[in-house]
Amino acid sequence: MRTLFFLLQKEFRQIFRNKSLLGQILVAPTIQLLILPWAANYEVKNISLAVIDNDHSTYSEKFVSKAFSSGYFKPADYCASFKDAYKLIERDKADIALEIPANFEKNLIRENKQKVFMAVNAINGVKALVGTVYLSSIINDYNSEIRLQWMQPQKFSPLPVIEITSTNWFNPLLNYKFFMVPGILVFLVTMLGAIMCSLNIVREKEIGTIEQINVTPVKKYHFILGKLIPFWIIGMFVFTLGLTIARFVYGIVPEGSIGVLYGFLSVYLLAVLGMGLLISTYSDTQQQAMSLSFFFIMIFNLLSGLFTPIESMPGWAQVITWFNPLSYFIEVMRMVVLKGSGFHDIQHNLFIIFIFAVVVNTWAILNYRKRA
Amino acid sequence: MKQLFTFIKKEFYHVFRDRKTLLMLFGLPIAQIVLFGFALTNEIKNAKIVVVDYSKDVTTKQIIDKIEASRYFDIEKSLMSHNEIEDKFKEGKIKLALIFPENFNNDLLHLNKAQIQIIADASDINTANTLTNYISAIVTDYQRGMMKNMILPMSIVPEIRMLYNPELKGEHTFIPGIMAMIMLLVCVMMTSISIVKEKELGTMEILLVSPFKPIMVIFAKFIPYLLISFFNVTSILLLSVYALDLPIQGNIFLLYGESLLFIVTGLAIGLLISISAESQQTAMFGSLMATMLPTLLLSGFMFPIENMPMPLQIISNVVPSKWFFIIVKSIMIKGAGFATIWKETLILVGMTLFFLIISLKNFKTRLA
Amino acid sequence: MKEAVIKTERLTKKFGDFIAANELTFEVYTGEIFGFLGANGAGKTTAMRMLCGLSIPSSGKATVAGFDVYKQTEGIKKHIGYMSQKFSLYEDLTVAENIRFYAGIYGLTNKQIKEKSEELIEQLGLQQSAKKLVRELPLGWKQKLSFSVAIVHQPKIVFLDEPTSGVDPVTRRQFWDLIYAAVDKGVTVFVTTHYMDESEYCNRVSIMVDGVIKALDTPHNLKKQFSASSMDEVFYALAREAKRKGD
Repeated sequence: MRTLFFLLQKEFRQIFRNKSLLGQILVAPTIQLLILPWAANYEVKNISLAVIDNDHSTYSEKFVSKAFSSGYFKPADYCASFKDAYKLIERDKADIALEIPANFEKNLIRENKQKVFMAVNAINGVKALVGTVYLSSIINDYNSEIRLQWMQPQKFSPLPVIEITSTNWFNPLLNYKFFMVPGILVFLVTMLGAIMCSLNIVREKEIGTIEQINVTPVKKYHFILGKLIPFWIIGMFVFTLGLTIARFVYGIVPEGSIGVLYGFLSVYLLAVLGMGLLISTYSDTQQQAMSLSFFFIMIFNLLSGLFTPIESMPGWAQVITWFNPLSYFIEVMRMVVLKGSGFHDIQHNLFIIFIFAVVVNTWAILNYRKRA
Repeated sequence: MKQLFTFIKKEFYHVFRDRKTLLMLFGLPIAQIVLFGFALTNEIKNAKIVVVDYSKDVTTKQIIDKIEASRYFDIEKSLMSHNEIEDKFKEGKIKLALIFPENFNNDLLHLNKAQIQIIADASDINTANTLTNYISAIVTDYQRGMMKNMILPMSIVPEIRMLYNPELKGEHTFIPGIMAMIMLLVCVMMTSISIVKEKELGTMEILLVSPFKPIMVIFAKFIPYLLISFFNVTSILLLSVYALDLPIQGNIFLLYGESLLFIVTGLAIGLLISISAESQQTAMFGSLMATMLPTLLLSGFMFPIENMPMPLQIISNVVPSKWFFIIVKSIMIKGAGFATIWKETLILVGMTLFFLIISLKNFKTRLA
Repeated sequence: MKEAVIKTERLTKKFGDFIAANELTFEVYTGEIFGFLGANGAGKTTAMRMLCGLSIPSSGKATVAGFDVYKQTEGIKKHIGYMSQKFSLYEDLTVAENIRFYAGIYGLTNKQIKEKSEELIEQLGLQQSAKKLVRELPLGWKQKLSFSVAIVHQPKIVFLDEPTSGVDPVTRRQFWDLIYAAVDKGVTVFVTTHYMDESEYCNRVSIMVDGVIKALDTPHNLKKQFSASSMDEVFYALAREAKRKGD
C-alpha cells in the first residue's frame, strides 16, 4: 500500500509540473464548453428568401410583407428576374426563391386560381422541408384572409378545424443548449480520460521508465492503480468544472440528484480509463496510442446519440451502440439533468457500465501480465 | 534529387510500417462515411408513443389508425394520467403522448372545433420536434382528407421545385465535411507529430546538419501524407458515388485541384504547429484545438453557420475548412465551375501562403 | 565457501525458432564483479532479462539471490537492483524526488528514506543540484545518480546494462569507483558492456557469441588462453566467427 502512495505522489508531481497537460485539462474543456453549445444548433431559422414580384399589386405587396413579418424568413438581395434569383441560390445567398407572376391580383379575382412558383435549395434537406412548410402555411393563411375579405362569411360553411396544442416537457423553451451541454460534457470527460491516460502510459513505455518499474517489487496492479487513480480524479474534476460552467454560464441546474450523477460518473470513469489502459497495452508509441484512441472515440462519438437519435439507426448500428459507453452516459445525463430521473431509472445503465468497466480493465490487466 | 528520393523512401517506411496508425488513417474516413451514410439520421422509426383516448369515437379511431399505418410509431394505447406520463418519460420508456379529450367527435361536428394535445419529451429536442411534426402532419393530412370534396374559391397554388437534391437526401452536406476533417487529421496532426517526434528523439539535429537543405527534410515528410490524403479523397468520392448514390455534378479535376490546395494548407498549418510544439502530446493537442475542433464546429458542416451568434460567425471566416467546405459543396453538388468559386479559392491560397511564410521564417531557429 | 548469488543451468530462451540464449550455464559469486560481454545481438540483454525476472525462460533452471526465475520473480525483484541503458530516472522529477521515489517503492521506512537521501546526495556531491530536475543534469551525473538509486535498498546484486555508454573516460573512471565502493559494502555486480577496457575491471568475464557462452574466466586467464595482450583481442578472436550481427 505504501508503494501505491509513492506511485501516486510521483504521478501528481509529474502532472502538476507539466504545464501543457494542465492547459489541456483546464483550458480545453472550458473553451469547448463555452463555444460548442453556441455553435451546436440544429434549429432552422433565418431562411433567406428571394421574392420576385412581377405584379407589384396591393395583393402581392401585402403577401410579401406578410412573408417577411412572420419571423422565419429574411430577405435576400433584390432580384429582378427568376434567373437572378437562381444565381443567388447557386451562390448560397438565398435558400428559397418565390416568384409572383404578373397579373397576380387580377388573375386571382377573375380566374379563381393562381399559381406561384417556388424554387428551394434542397441541399440541406431539413432546411428545405421546413422552409417549404413555413412558406406554404403562410400562403395558406394569406389565402384564407383573401377569401374572408371577398366572400361573405355565410356563403360557405365554416370548415371543421382540429387544433393541435403541443407542449414540451423538461425543456419547454426547446433550448438547444440544455440538450447539448450535458452531452458535450460527457464527450469531454471521455476524451480526456481515455486519450490522456493511454498516452501517459505509452510515454513511459517509449522512454523506458516502465521497464525500470517492472524490475522493482512494484506489483502490476499497483502500477495500474497508480495510473488510474490520478486520471480518475482529473476526470471528476473536469466534470465538476463542466457542471459549474453549465450552471453559471447556461443556467443549467440538474433536476435530479447530483449524487446520482457523480455515482454514475465514478463507475463510468473506470470504464473509460480502462479503455485507455487497454489501448496502451496494444501501443508501442504515443502516435499509435493516439491513432487507436482517436479512431474509437470518433466512432463512438458519432454513434452515441449525441447528434442523432439511436432509435433512428439501423439494426447493426444499434448493436454497436450497446458496446458504446458514451451512449449510456449521455442518456443518463439527459435523464437526470433534464428530467430529474432517479437512481431507480438509471439502474440498468449503471449495471451495464459496471460490467463494461470490469471487462475492459480485466482484459487490460491480463495483457500486462502477458507482456512480461 | 536521388538524395531526396532516399529521404522520401525512409519516410514511407516510417508511415507504412505502423499498422495501427494506418488503421486510423485509412479506416476512419471509410468508417465515418459508412456511419453518416447509413446510420446517422434524424428520421424517426419505431418511436414509442402513448395514445390516450378519452373519447373513443369514430374520428379518433380513424386518426389513430392513420398514425399506426404510418409505420413510424410504436403505439401503446392506455389511459395514463399526466403523472404517469411524466414517470414514463423519466424512465425513458416513451417519448411522446397524444391525448384526445372526451367528446372529440361531438365537438368537431357541433362546435366545428376540437382539440388534440401532444406532450413531447423535449429532453431530446430533435426527436421531440420531429415526432411532433410527424404527428401534426398526419393530423393535418387527415383534415385535408375531410375537406377533400369542398372546392375553395380563390386558391393560391404553389408550384414547388426542389433544387440539387430533389429526394431530400441528408447525406450531401457531410461528405465535404468528412473530407475536410480527415485531410486535416492526416496533414496537420500526423505531419506535426512526425516532425516533433524527430525533435524529441534528437534525430532532427542529425538531419539538419546533413548537407541536405532542411526544407528538403520537411518536404520528404510531407509526401507520404500527401499521398495518403489523395487516396482518402479518392476513396471518399468512390464511396459517395457508388455506395451512397451521390454523383459528382462538377468537374472532377477541379475537385482534385482544390483538394490538393487544401492539403497544402493543412501541411502548412502542421508545419507551423510542429515548430512551436515541444512534445508529441502538445503537437497532437495543438492540432486538435486549432484545426479539428474549429472544423467540426465552425465550418458549417455539422451545424449551420447562420444560426450562430455573430462573434462565432466572424471567427468562422478564419477557419480554412469553411472555405473548403463551400468549394467542395459547390463543385460536387451544384456542379459549379471555377468562375463561381474563385473567390473562395483565392482565400485559401492566401491563408496557405500566410502559414507557410510564418513557418519558414521561424524554421531554422526553432527547429534545431 | 563462496556463495553463488546467481546460478544458471542450461538456461534457454527461444523466440519461435530463433534461439536467443542457448543453454547458458554459469555461476556468479557474492562480492564479484561479473562482466557479461558480447557483441550486439549476442543475447546479453535476453539473458539479463531472464535473470531479472522480466522474461520467463523457455527451458533450463536458474536462481537469483536464492529465488527461482520461474516461480519467484517477486522475490528476485525485491533483492536486486537494475540500471537500464536509458538511465530510467524521471526527467521531470528532481534529484531528491527520484531518490525518495525509488527508496519508497523498495520499501524503506520514512526514516531510512531521509537518511539514505542525504547520504546519497552527499556522496555524489549533488547538494547544489538536489532540487534540480533530472533533465537538467549532465549525462555523467545522471549516470552516477542512476547507479546510486539502483542500490538504494542494499540489494544482493545489481544488474547494470551498458551503464557507461556515451560518457567521457574521466566520468567512466568515477563511475567504476562507485562500483568498487558498492562491492566493498557487499553488493555483487553483474555488468554488461562492450567497452573492452572496462572488462579488465571485472573479477570474471563471460563472452557470449550467437547466444552461447564461448568463454568464462578471469581476464588474466582469458588473455593467456588466447595469447592476447588485451581483452580486445580476446573478444575479436571469439566474435570474429559470429554469425549474428547487430540487433
